[in-house]
Amino acid sequence: MKNRYSIFSLIRNAFSYHQEWPPAWRSPEPKKSYDAVIVGGGGHGLATAYYLAKNHGMTNIAVLEKGWLGGGNTARNTTIIRSNYLWDESAKLYEHSVKLWEGLSQELNYNVMFSQRGVLNLAHNQHDLRELSRRINANRLNGVDSEFLNPEEVKKFCPAIDLRGGGRYPVLGASLQRRGGTARHDAVAWGYARAADELGVDVIQNCPVLGFESHADGSITINSGKGPIKAGKVGLVVAGHSSVIADMAGFRLPTESRPLQALVSEPMKPCIDTVVMSNAVHAYISQSDKGELVIGAGADAYISYGQKGSGHQTEHTLAAICEMFPQFRRVKMMRQWGGIVDTNPDASPIISKTPVANMFINCGWGTGGFKGTPGSGWTFADLIASGEPDDMNAPFKLDRFKTGYLVDEHGAAAVAH
Amino acid sequence: MLLIECPHCGPRAETEYAGCSEAHIARPESGGLDMTDAEWVEWVFWRKNTKGVYLERWNHAAGCRRWINCMRDTVTNEILATYKAGEKPPKIADAEREYKF
Amino acid sequence: MSQKFRLESGGLINRDKPVTFSFNGHELKGYDGDTLASALIANGVHLVGRSFKYHRPRGIMSAGPEEANALLQLGEGAYTEPNARATMEELFDGLVATTSNAFPTVKYDIGEVNSLFSKIFVSGFYYKTFMWPSKAWKFYEHFIRKAAGIGKAPEEHDPDFYDKTNAFCDVLVVGGGPAGLSAALSAAATGAHVTLVDDQPRFGGSLMAQSGQEIDGKPALEWVDEAEAKLHDLDNVQVLRRATAFAYYDHNYVGIWERLTDHLPVKPEGLPRHRVHMMRAKQVIIASGAIERPLVFCDNDRPGIMLASACRTYVNRFGAKPGNKGVIFTNNDSAYATVLDLIDAGIEIKAVVDVRKDPLGPLMEKADAAGVKILTNSAVVGTSGRLHLKSVEVAELSDDGETAKSDVTEIACDFLGSSGGWNPTVHLHCQAGGKLDFDEERGAFVPAPSNRTNPNISVGSCKGAFGLADCLAQGFEAGQEAAKAAGIKFRKSGKAPTAEAVDEGNRRLLWLVPGKKPLGQSGKHFIDLQNDSTAADLQLALREGYRSIEHVKRYTTTGMATDQGKTANVNALAIVAQTLNEAIPTVGTTTYRPPYVPVTFGAIAGRDIDDLLDPARTTPMHSWHVNAGAEFEDVGQWKRAWYFPQPGEDMHAAVNREVAAMRNSVGILDATTLGKIDVKGKDAAEFLNRVYTNAWTKLGIGKCRYGLMLGEDGMVMDDGVTSRIAEDHFLMTTTTGNAAPVLGHLEDYLQTEWTDLEVYLTSVTEQWATASIAGPNARALLSELTDDIDLSNEALPFMAWTPGTVAGIPARVFRISFTGDLSYEIAVPADYGLALWQALMTAGSKYDITPYGTETMHVLRAEKGFIIVGQDTDGSITPVDLNMNWIVSKKKGDFIGKRSLDREDMSDPNRKQLVGILTDDPKEVLPEGAQLVEVVKDKPPMDMVGWVSSSYWSPNCDRSIAMALVHGGLKKMGQKLYSPQADGRVIECTITDTVFYDKEGNRQNG
Repeated sequence: MKNRYSIFSLIRNAFSYHQEWPPAWRSPEPKKSYDAVIVGGGGHGLATAYYLAKNHGMTNIAVLEKGWLGGGNTARNTTIIRSNYLWDESAKLYEHSVKLWEGLSQELNYNVMFSQRGVLNLAHNQHDLRELSRRINANRLNGVDSEFLNPEEVKKFCPAIDLRGGGRYPVLGASLQRRGGTARHDAVAWGYARAADELGVDVIQNCPVLGFESHADGSITINSGKGPIKAGKVGLVVAGHSSVIADMAGFRLPTESRPLQALVSEPMKPCIDTVVMSNAVHAYISQSDKGELVIGAGADAYISYGQKGSGHQTEHTLAAICEMFPQFRRVKMMRQWGGIVDTNPDASPIISKTPVANMFINCGWGTGGFKGTPGSGWTFADLIASGEPDDMNAPFKLDRFKTGYLVDEHGAAAVAH
Repeated sequence: MLLIECPHCGPRAETEYAGCSEAHIARPESGGLDMTDAEWVEWVFWRKNTKGVYLERWNHAAGCRRWINCMRDTVTNEILATYKAGEKPPKIADAEREYKF
Repeated sequence: MSQKFRLESGGLINRDKPVTFSFNGHELKGYDGDTLASALIANGVHLVGRSFKYHRPRGIMSAGPEEANALLQLGEGAYTEPNARATMEELFDGLVATTSNAFPTVKYDIGEVNSLFSKIFVSGFYYKTFMWPSKAWKFYEHFIRKAAGIGKAPEEHDPDFYDKTNAFCDVLVVGGGPAGLSAALSAAATGAHVTLVDDQPRFGGSLMAQSGQEIDGKPALEWVDEAEAKLHDLDNVQVLRRATAFAYYDHNYVGIWERLTDHLPVKPEGLPRHRVHMMRAKQVIIASGAIERPLVFCDNDRPGIMLASACRTYVNRFGAKPGNKGVIFTNNDSAYATVLDLIDAGIEIKAVVDVRKDPLGPLMEKADAAGVKILTNSAVVGTSGRLHLKSVEVAELSDDGETAKSDVTEIACDFLGSSGGWNPTVHLHCQAGGKLDFDEERGAFVPAPSNRTNPNISVGSCKGAFGLADCLAQGFEAGQEAAKAAGIKFRKSGKAPTAEAVDEGNRRLLWLVPGKKPLGQSGKHFIDLQNDSTAADLQLALREGYRSIEHVKRYTTTGMATDQGKTANVNALAIVAQTLNEAIPTVGTTTYRPPYVPVTFGAIAGRDIDDLLDPARTTPMHSWHVNAGAEFEDVGQWKRAWYFPQPGEDMHAAVNREVAAMRNSVGILDATTLGKIDVKGKDAAEFLNRVYTNAWTKLGIGKCRYGLMLGEDGMVMDDGVTSRIAEDHFLMTTTTGNAAPVLGHLEDYLQTEWTDLEVYLTSVTEQWATASIAGPNARALLSELTDDIDLSNEALPFMAWTPGTVAGIPARVFRISFTGDLSYEIAVPADYGLALWQALMTAGSKYDITPYGTETMHVLRAEKGFIIVGQDTDGSITPVDLNMNWIVSKKKGDFIGKRSLDREDMSDPNRKQLVGILTDDPKEVLPEGAQLVEVVKDKPPMDMVGWVSSSYWSPNCDRSIAMALVHGGLKKMGQKLYSPQADGRVIECTITDTVFYDKEGNRQNG
């Protein structure tokens, strides 16, 4: 890497008052044609471009982003990372992702601050306990670290929690994935962008896609805000607008887009040192390195592209947080926001060929998108490069809805969606 | 929280409603028994998910319990009209905001 | 320390009510009417905290919600509150406040060592380092986390309670300053229901900080008092003080946060601490004022450096002196009002440093006439004083304002007030989806005209109208306009209150004030005081390619502190625009999101906590179960008796006893919680045909039938027994947790798909209480309590029901069984549930009747291989997978889910199928949720072929039994499977069928 980041480069640059830092990525104008174009400059799109270049040697490629890099759900999630999914297909994908997370800062030479502080999933009733046991056992045999904690062990691992749960949602146990945790969301997009740029990928911002045109030779012209761009292959990774772009390309999806809400408290000294998730009450909580409590809430009932949420979701989630952590009732909410979460009927992503030749789509990650970023990029790059599904992405093909082979995390899991 | 005008009850808070989903996609008369897999799953799973003016249905679950239809802009959340189940969507004066069937 | 900086007179404080408070352990005095900040300033205390990153000493910088420095820890123990803004906390007797982010003291803070490294501690620092060695991040992070954060979260259960209320009004007016009061008065005069909210304890807004203003010829505050009295007397007006409109959601839904007890020394019993009003307003008028913008100059963060308007507020409203000798630094005329008021108060103004070359404005002229030293075309280029401002350095500006001349004058002073103009408080307007226009002249974003999706009206200085006369006129007009839009019919009358129009003078927008050296080389130009981000950081971000304003914000953390950039954002984006050589509106703003100020979790949660978070449902027999010492489990919203332990029994022992008692004599279960839906109408049978997989037309009156209900995807969604009451009348039961979803599902089809069917659905779950008696003595017991029901096998066979009288209560008796034994479910009107139960217990004592709970019910049904939807199914299981082909009618046409069952992968013989599992060691009970493999490997990953959905010790079989969903299981009868456990053990087992007990069914049919 031309300009490696390290404490030494920081000291060196301090002598020139930091005037000499080069841009983290170029701002190139698009070329007339590329071997492959990735539409969408979020974490997934940038990771796809990076792995296409790194794993497959495809460097004549571009990423088109209509706004700013990482400006969609990458910027709006609650940064939780885990791989304790129920189904084999999901576990494989997310576990691959966690393994990539574990070396990502070094791989990208960009500190994404992946902090393996553990993820607790709480059980509040007998049904939850059964589901927890099923998932823990499946995780374990899939090689995903996952263990059961009884209430006393939960309290020891996370002293801030009130096991009584206000009497209504007592903590009867939890699953713990110690290798789970959180990461710095923006850094993931920036790190992949910088590393992809280094490998020759053109990362092009402020470049909306307006339409597609397929040619007899299999190539596709993308009509962009910066003129027509020809591509041998096109990968669509535009969470929050998947249906919109599919509509543009002339095919349909089972995806629906809803606002998913989150909020942060004011920053405070460390008071909770792990990630706690409760599916039953729809609340997730962790504390950022800055000291804010980062809290995830539920999705709104309706389709919306407004990137904002309704007040009542926040009210409900904070009520649940106040049950699990009654001492936090005096803590204050600093900011709330909404992302657009694309969800498929089985709550699993689509990573697939499309009815359009040489066009591929990666969408519908639900709440799993951020944690899945590296694995998603990796496997989508594989699919685009080879043109054919492999073991990891085949279960997530688009026509599974037709055949009935669903990866139904939604129906099955005591895992949050 | 949206304010949705129930054509039977009047304006009510979104929390009184449940089950928002795409409107005007009738179940095939045959129950799909004469359809291919692809045609059938199109009805079961495929949704418009429009960015813009969208026709959706809500169940006034904590009110009259009737399903109603709603024409809403999914970008601004502006509700342009609500109408009873079985009725056709009303015409909207603003041509730019025409919904696509 | 006495209040050395308190003026002899003046201010809106009550000097007859002195107040004692403590700051960092020192006892101090103030007055009723003070804020914590004003009392500290009156005591000469400016240094209150340390900054987030560099731990630089920081003082109070504002007098309002924009405060970025004075975030204090309030109260102690369970009552402690982190990050309280001293400028918004009213002083009360006994208030305890401490500095947040300093150790050991605010004067000598060990964290200040960070300042030494500030040269490398620039934006992006964390992204570029701490990557070596590769596993060490957690180690570094531990220390980083400790250093971060501001206040301390409480560690004890919050003893206070909070309230939340839903509210409605015609016109909501946000802000009780001149514009808001004028709006409220004119809207109220129309008869509209008006709610007026203001975040201060008294109305007046900016008028409280001003002197000499007149409205309608009266002193302004007198007019305010009269207006308030008038509003108070009107029945159609609600007035909320100490109430902040913090969030503006879709469709005029506004969150208002009212503080009721925080300012009281003794908190009255029964009064909530905070109350959130979720207000649905027909019309909203925003009169939220404006926030002064600081100038960005070198070392602009020392204690003693404040907003000019804050200096004026402390003098006029609180009678507190920001210092003895000050410098005012400005680019506009409004700061001269501060100059004049401070001089009046006897405070020495050493100089006004004005960046304008030819300043114009009536206030400047007055100050000039009063002999104030005004340094034009000049700037503050440096400051000194470690813990408090000692002096400022002033130099003349170059023509373009980009550099300062080298001739520097030092002026000794103990405070500096700076004004870079005003930012309208457009937060609520933007939260509602409103757009902004950029006012080039004032260098400020102002609300774009309202439109259909954002119909609210901004008035006064939040609209960029800074003159009092304009505020009053706009407010008056908006009040009438809003009332009209809310549908109030009235005749326009009255006239707007008036005040003298004043010329605003000219301005010179100098976003980045040059220092003595190039930016970043000496001293720091802070943009965001709380997050320690500087102008040099912004430029570094741009240099490194982070060009979108969102990237700049995120890379430098500008505007991400607790004040959410109230004083930082516009300066930041202007400097970004300047650096990129773009227009300010092109750069754009970051997104304004709720809340406007931080709001307590407790208030947002309101009463929806503890028992009210999700109300528990209990049956009419609940009290009996409690008295009998039952343990309960939560099933959906219901509390169900789980088991009834006798002294010394654990669950295992209790369940063994209960199971044996039922099979040997008679047991009794409270089955009230099952969902019950009354299905009536001439097409009821046809309707059931379409919603269940099996056929219903031929079911006889008085007969019962089990049904499986699928979703359109072909997956099992519910099951239950439905009984025919009459030709056109059925009673459907659902699982406990699914009653509401199933009703919704059925109504959906009736209302929207099969509108030709005449069927009426009524939920009757709450109307009936059900006791289920089961066991060989069930018939004998029941016969003692009824004389009008023939209980013979012929008259009331299995899967039949009859009306009758049980224990004198009108009842429906169903001979159905979830236990596999002779069983009657007796349903009575809910109010008689307890009476029925008691009668059965009394009569049953001779049979040693044994109450049992859900756990025993689970064992009993598992012995018979009956499924529980949601336990043995998971949304991905079809009837075929359950080996329940028999219930899927081949003859009838369409039913919900039928078509999906024909999809390609549905007939895959390798789908997961429900089978029985017997462990090789009969004493070993498989854990529910255990996974099964065909081949055990040394370590994971191992290929799983299935999982255990139900598993129990069966006293009747005297061995463990289990059910599992296994890939291709139905073809694998007798095959061995293995279940590797977390502790390394491997449980060996064999696939079998799912009926473990009384395979012939003699017991239930007998």
